[in-house]
Amino acid sequence: MSRAFADDAALFLRAARARAFVRIVGSFREPNGLIADAVFPNLGMCAFVMMYRALGAPAYYEALAVIGGILTTYWVNVLWGMGAQFYWEKQAGQLQLYFAAPCSRMAILCGMAVGGLLASMLRSLVGVALAVFVFHVQLEPFSPWQLFAVFMATMAALYTLGMIMASLFLLYGREAWHTCNAFMEPAFFLSGLYFPIRTLGAFGAVAAAILPLTLGVDALRQVLLGARSPGLMSVRLEFLALCGFAVLYFFVARWSLRYLENLSKQEGRLTQRWQ
Amino acid sequence: MSRSPDSSTPAVETRGLRRSYPGPRGAPEVVALAGVDLRIERGEVFGLLGPNGAGKTTCIKILNTLLFPSGGEARVAGFDVVREANEVRRRIGLVSGGENSGYGILTVRECLWMFSQFYGVPSSVAWPRIDRLLEVTGLTPLARTRINRLSTGQRQKMNFARGFVSEPEVLFLDEPTLGMDVNAARMLREFVLSWVRERDGRTVLLTTHYMAEADQMCDRIAIVDRGRVLASDTPAALRRSVQGGQHVELEVREGGAAESGSIQAAVGVPVVWGAPHPERGTRTLKFRLPEGGVLGDALRALEEIGVAVQGISTRETSLEDAFIHIVGRALDDEGAE
Ligand SMILES: Nc1ncnc2c1ncn2[C@@H]1O[C@H](COP(=O)(O)OP(=O)(O)OP(=O)(O)O)[C@@H](O)[C@H]1O
Ligand SMILES: [Mg+2]
Repeated sequence: MSRAFADDAALFLRAARARAFVRIVGSFREPNGLIADAVFPNLGMCAFVMMYRALGAPAYYEALAVIGGILTTYWVNVLWGMGAQFYWEKQAGQLQLYFAAPCSRMAILCGMAVGGLLASMLRSLVGVALAVFVFHVQLEPFSPWQLFAVFMATMAALYTLGMIMASLFLLYGREAWHTCNAFMEPAFFLSGLYFPIRTLGAFGAVAAAILPLTLGVDALRQVLLGARSPGLMSVRLEFLALCGFAVLYFFVARWSLRYLENLSKQEGRLTQRWQ
Repeated sequence: MSRSPDSSTPAVETRGLRRSYPGPRGAPEVVALAGVDLRIERGEVFGLLGPNGAGKTTCIKILNTLLFPSGGEARVAGFDVVREANEVRRRIGLVSGGENSGYGILTVRECLWMFSQFYGVPSSVAWPRIDRLLEVTGLTPLARTRINRLSTGQRQKMNFARGFVSEPEVLFLDEPTLGMDVNAARMLREFVLSWVRERDGRTVLLTTHYMAEADQMCDRIAIVDRGRVLASDTPAALRRSVQGGQHVELEVREGGAAESGSIQAAVGVPVVWGAPHPERGTRTLKFRLPEGGVLGDALRALEEIGVAVQGISTRETSLEDAFIHIVGRALDDEGAE
């Protein structure tokens, strides 16, 4: 291992760790925010569980809604916490500090992803607790390793997609905002967060192909609900596809970040004019 | 990061540096830099002085790899800012007045640590350095305060400290004392000077609107206007470039019989009327007495034509005089916008 490579790797890790630190401190330092952050986003999921129960739907529908609801919290974090982050930074006037620093921009994004993931973890644990202890949602026996693998692959795919969005925000401010909004509700629908994806038929299969969220939801349901939730593909295939997405998105994000960074520097849009 | 800078190349070198921005909707493009040549040696404190819109910040952004030039080239610490941006970024630091860095939820100390990490400073080195910077900037009592509770000036002190956490070879300070009180600004100016002096080959490029700041801090100054360097020299040499002599300000009684023409003839140099003081019934009369001129003679001549002089003050040529002379207008005239 060459000296320069070791230096770069150390810089990458230090920068990513520092950026993740902000995320984690940010969500645990304010008790009020903590409750709002950890509890409220789970209420939508609770509503679905209660609705299915009132309608007398098969019990596994409730579990579907729980799994979907928990992933939603991550998706929201990806869109607004990752995608839009550079836009906030530019508005606040500190984007230039990141771009004048020697660390890789991907280190910053990885730090945001890991931090965001850990900060959202509490929220999803509250969601799981609600499901298990309040609603007594039934799960099949499952392999924790399989669950972990599928969950991590889903997160990797989601957060790398968020990195691509972040790069778009470098150049496009307001416009990218609308894109983010546009990604939110339709994604909830297309990913079948709250209902079986099969209901969408061929449409669902297409959605799965473009949205890692769909695949992730589907794979997690298969792992946790077993035969009760027939999937689009086998868990193995879905896991591989998610990993593939993650790698692909990572490199697309890296390329797009570099390309858009250069374009912004050409057009003078990387920093605010008043600085 | 603490390796000694390679001193065979200048700290900053630009050749024919140009940058224009697209004009607002169909208007002709704005030329922010129209061919700037600078050469800043290692170890210098160099000032960019110019009216609003002169192109100072644009120049600093290019040197910090935040903006591409439209033409010409720029090198920092020997590396090209476009082609070798990564190498440049390892060696620079940037502080802009009024910037809003960090996250409100972090404490001052944590925030500085975060930025040190983006430069790869090992924490064991970063923490003592941060504590020392907090001390110098007078922020030690606020070290564990969240930054969203800081006042504007306190925040600016933190920004200032941030510029030094990575011990850069070339430090860019864009109006660094903006919003600081007089004492704090003076303290920080002294800190910058001792920082440069105590280390080998560290360079500071500074922009400011405070003439005294530029005068006190800079080894050399470039006066820029409308994207061009109009003059570049030591503050003393710039002052000398304006003809010497004494600047005289007289407070004379209003309503005297003499008018400007005859006053000018009496004094023998062009005169300018300054602000009236209605509460005292007087008005300021300014002129520059050429070297060798005798103030007593001028006063006597004025008395003869019936100008009643009530107060006198004189001063040597200041950097501001040089600036006005070179740029052709004062800093606070918004000629360029
Ligand atoms: N992003 C931008 N888009 C269009 N025009 C810009 C942009 N940034 C700066 N300008 C213009 O370029 C010129 C130079 O601006 P710059 O900010 O470099 O001046 P400055 O010397 O730093 O001024 P000040 O003393 O006010 O800070 C100005 O006319 C300004 O309006
Ligand atoms: Mg400026």
